Amino acid sequence: MESRGYRWSRRAIGIVSLLLVAATVILGLWITPPDVVQGQLVRLIYVHPPVAWVAYLAYGVTSIGSILYLWKRTRNLKWDLLAAASAEVGVVFTGLTLITGSIWGRPAWGVWWTWDARLTTTALLFVLYLGYLALRRVPADSHQRAVRSSIAGLIAFIDVPIVHQSVVWWRTLHQGATVLNPSLSPKIHGEMAMTLLLGFITFTSVYAWMLMHRYQIAILEQKVLDAELDQLIEERRREPDSQYGEARPANDVGNIDQPSKV
Amino acid sequence: MWRDALLIAAKDLRIEFRSKVTLNLILPFAFVVLIIFAFALDTSPGTLQKVAPGLFWLAVLFSSIFSVDRAVAIETDDNAGDGLLVYGVDPGGIFLGKVVSVFVQLFLLEIFLLLGVVILYGPKIGGWLLMLASAFFATIGLCAAGVTYSQLASGSRAKQTLLPLLLVPVVSPVLLAATKAWQDAFAVTSSLGDPWLRLLIVFAVVYLALGAIFYSSILEG
Repeated sequence: MESRGYRWSRRAIGIVSLLLVAATVILGLWITPPDVVQGQLVRLIYVHPPVAWVAYLAYGVTSIGSILYLWKRTRNLKWDLLAAASAEVGVVFTGLTLITGSIWGRPAWGVWWTWDARLTTTALLFVLYLGYLALRRVPADSHQRAVRSSIAGLIAFIDVPIVHQSVVWWRTLHQGATVLNPSLSPKIHGEMAMTLLLGFITFTSVYAWMLMHRYQIAILEQKVLDAELDQLIEERRREPDSQYGEARPANDVGNIDQPSKV
Repeated sequence: MWRDALLIAAKDLRIEFRSKVTLNLILPFAFVVLIIFAFALDTSPGTLQKVAPGLFWLAVLFSSIFSVDRAVAIETDDNAGDGLLVYGVDPGGIFLGKVVSVFVQLFLLEIFLLLGVVILYGPKIGGWLLMLASAFFATIGLCAAGVTYSQLASGSRAKQTLLPLLLVPVVSPVLLAATKAWQDAFAVTSSLGDPWLRLLIVFAVVYLALGAIFYSSILEG
């Protein structure tokens, strides 16, 4: 079962996330002024870049989880489950990035979609990790699934810069970095910058909360699988005509590798 | 490892030579793809000439999915791959052998396919050196990533559906870079210094290294 500390920290992060979301909504929709050029449309800036950041963060966590599982010294199924949970949340946030980007793109660029470098990379990233999640659904034992998906997760992460470079050379239309530009002088109003920063904190907190929930569900799913397997083994042992001989008492599970009666 | 790789490549090519799957199935499929592209696009010579490199590499990409699937299926059917491991064959050698065997098949297929493109689409071809070099590295990249992912997806009942979903996004830089390199070659605007060729080399080296490192874990996992 989950520890009390984990449960409390999850709840605390949930409450903090809720408050942060409320603050972001109020600041983003009412307190901050509309932009000189983009008007009300600028309010999407408090959602779109933070959501994209969380998607990259989630895939980063997936890669770390994958490395920790593949490295034999730190091998533990929990790392694989953490990688999977983070990838799932990452796919949700990548989807949100694409949707919010499209909503922004339609009035700003006049099209829902354009073959810009970042858009194309993000779309490919979305499909790459959908593939990762599909691979996880392939029936296999826990270790086999963990090894395969860790490798796939890691390769996908290594592939991202190559994909990005190729589409950057192909075409670039997306606006340059606003805050972290090469001269490090933010071209953004103070109030708006604060709300944007709050957006980043809010969505990171929401990510942490979703990750903790998804991870806990993954742990429970794994426990159910293990319990089902144990039950099946027990039932097999109880069958009178099984190669393990006559029925045994319920509490005598024994060792499957060393049957006492053959 | 190299000796094992050569043995595996020779074995796979011998099987291929006898079964003739590439010749009888994959090559005709690639030609069908070339023909239906013309149906989907405008058949005026100008359009087809312009998009010929992209269509060529798309046809190669589709064909490579079948080739790598088959190369791995040879070992997964009847658990033949387990037998190889029991015999002490190096997993890295198995990987490289598979890559070499699929490379040879795909490269031959590309020669025939290029003839098809020249006849059906009529592009002006030039810059042979860049064409050859980019085809060489693009095919290595496709084979290395393909064999790795095909082994990853093996064991799934939905493998035929899963493999393209896994592989196509990963090899999208190869499709893009090879197409651009061939466009540059056709226009004779650059030679071996083409940046797209560099990207293809990076991709090929990265995926050969990743495959060689991880293949044993995938097999043993």
